[in-house]
Amino acid sequence: MGKIAVPRFLVLPLLFLTFVPGLLAQATSTVTGDTQSVRVTRLEQQVAEAKSSGDNAWMLTSSALVLMMTGPGLALFYGGLVRKKNVLGTMMQSFAMMAIITVIWALFGYSLCFGPGNSFLGGLHHLFLRGVGAAPDADYAATIPQQTFMIYQLMFAVITPALITGAFAERMKFSAMALFMILWSLLVYDPMAHMVWGKGGLLNAALGGRFPTLDFAGGTVVHITSGVSALVCALYLGRRVGYPKQPMPPHSVVLSFIGACMLWVGWFGFNAGSALAAGSLATSAFVATHFAAAAAVIGWGGAEWLRNGKPSALGAISGSVAGLVAITPAAGFVGPMPALVIGLLAGIFCYLMVVRVKSWFGYDDSLDAFGVHGAGGTLGALLTGVFATSSVNPILKDAQGNAVASGWIEGNAHQLLNQFVGIAMAWGLAIVGTLIILKIVDMLVGLRVSEEHEMVGLDLSQHGEEGYYWEVPA
Amino acid sequence: MTKVEAIIQNSKLEAVKNALHEIGVEGMTVLEVRGHGRQKGHTEFYRGREYTVDLIPKIKLELVLPDNMVEKVVQTINGAARTGKIGDGKIFLSRVDEAIRIRNDERGEGAL
Repeated sequence: MGKIAVPRFLVLPLLFLTFVPGLLAQATSTVTGDTQSVRVTRLEQQVAEAKSSGDNAWMLTSSALVLMMTGPGLALFYGGLVRKKNVLGTMMQSFAMMAIITVIWALFGYSLCFGPGNSFLGGLHHLFLRGVGAAPDADYAATIPQQTFMIYQLMFAVITPALITGAFAERMKFSAMALFMILWSLLVYDPMAHMVWGKGGLLNAALGGRFPTLDFAGGTVVHITSGVSALVCALYLGRRVGYPKQPMPPHSVVLSFIGACMLWVGWFGFNAGSALAAGSLATSAFVATHFAAAAAVIGWGGAEWLRNGKPSALGAISGSVAGLVAITPAAGFVGPMPALVIGLLAGIFCYLMVVRVKSWFGYDDSLDAFGVHGAGGTLGALLTGVFATSSVNPILKDAQGNAVASGWIEGNAHQLLNQFVGIAMAWGLAIVGTLIILKIVDMLVGLRVSEEHEMVGLDLSQHGEEGYYWEVPA
Repeated sequence: MTKVEAIIQNSKLEAVKNALHEIGVEGMTVLEVRGHGRQKGHTEFYRGREYTVDLIPKIKLELVLPDNMVEKVVQTINGAARTGKIGDGKIFLSRVDEAIRIRNDERGEGAL
């Protein structure tokens, strides 16, 4: 046993396949008289192709992982937190982003983010994905097809508006939500993504930005913009009928639990994928991501344990998301120990935001999109300026192209100022953009469902179905 | 004929069911219910918000019996379901006018 038996009739063909191509190759090279340098060139090309294959495999995997964060990850996480009558309506809001934003991205979004443009917005060069094919765009990712880069970035554009839906849960019209998200994606997300990640963007740290803001995977672009816009939505739409007197506990923490675990796994694609290659930087970001999530569970859970006497499952999973949010801008710039610190602080900070600050102000950020993403994203963006180290990622360079200190911890206190500029831009754009869009959508279709529909629930009133259908068995 | 409605702790269902089978009770209907008597509810926390749950999950057994079995059944339920703490539940007895077996239209105690 243990020996692989090869049938006798296969031996000859196998021998042939093993040796003959080699002989043939030798023969060809002798015939064409290849010089050493031609062979070296060919080898280099093969090495480049191999690296491209490796990077592309990781980036396609990451793209799928980030899509999984929206559906089913976020859909389950949010779906479990609402009341039974709104479970499908809430899940649909996330799922609809996977369809709507994808189309918008193909037509305009990608070009507005990553097409050559000015400091604030990309141009129209890649409209309808013109010129986005197998050839890499060396400015962004030299080893993968630009189409891979495009589809990876799309997944970020999908999940960001989906995060906002937590703030207006259980009370917004589906039509208003869809229109709001289309406009938001074009007017808030695209400019912000271009400013931070686009070539020549105002805040770009690697490609000639005026205020180089360190944001590895979207602390400002994804979490601050969505979280702050969420707060604006919660304030503009007002509270749910009956809030805060009427009890509105989550209808299934079990669903939320599964969703949160999928978010944690998907976040490896989000953060480690943001290395845009399968090298050691991806590993470093992967490690930082995981460590921050773990520490944040302890931070949130511990704070809750001290205050309520019990660590809850909902607290633990909320903590993990808070940690993942906060490490997002820092993932590719910090080592494992700072990641633990960032996670722990984020867990405690977001717990206080959700439990103390929200009830103190009295706004109905129903599923804590601001408390977790807005607050955690802001904290993370600041701490990135503190803990970024050039040994992990030599992104900031002097005029001669030599790596210089990244964060405060390395002596570059000035970076904190740049982080502030990035954070302020994200907050400002989110507040102004969201207010204008809400006003427009309110005038065109109206934002809230009628009170009667709110009582019945979004599942029936918006979609004509129920998440948990019950009938006398036949 | 007498209907016995017993509201008991969820955790006592197995014990009560087994004890009733031992004394020869042949049928029962069991329902999952919520309610409260003198027992106070409990509080739950979701993201720092406190919710008071005062309708507590309980089990309700319904049995319809020939009158001569009632006292024995009540004693058996008492014995099996009692923990001695608030929240053990209650037993209600009421008269039943008629019982009908759907299968063959048999009536009275014979239908039980």
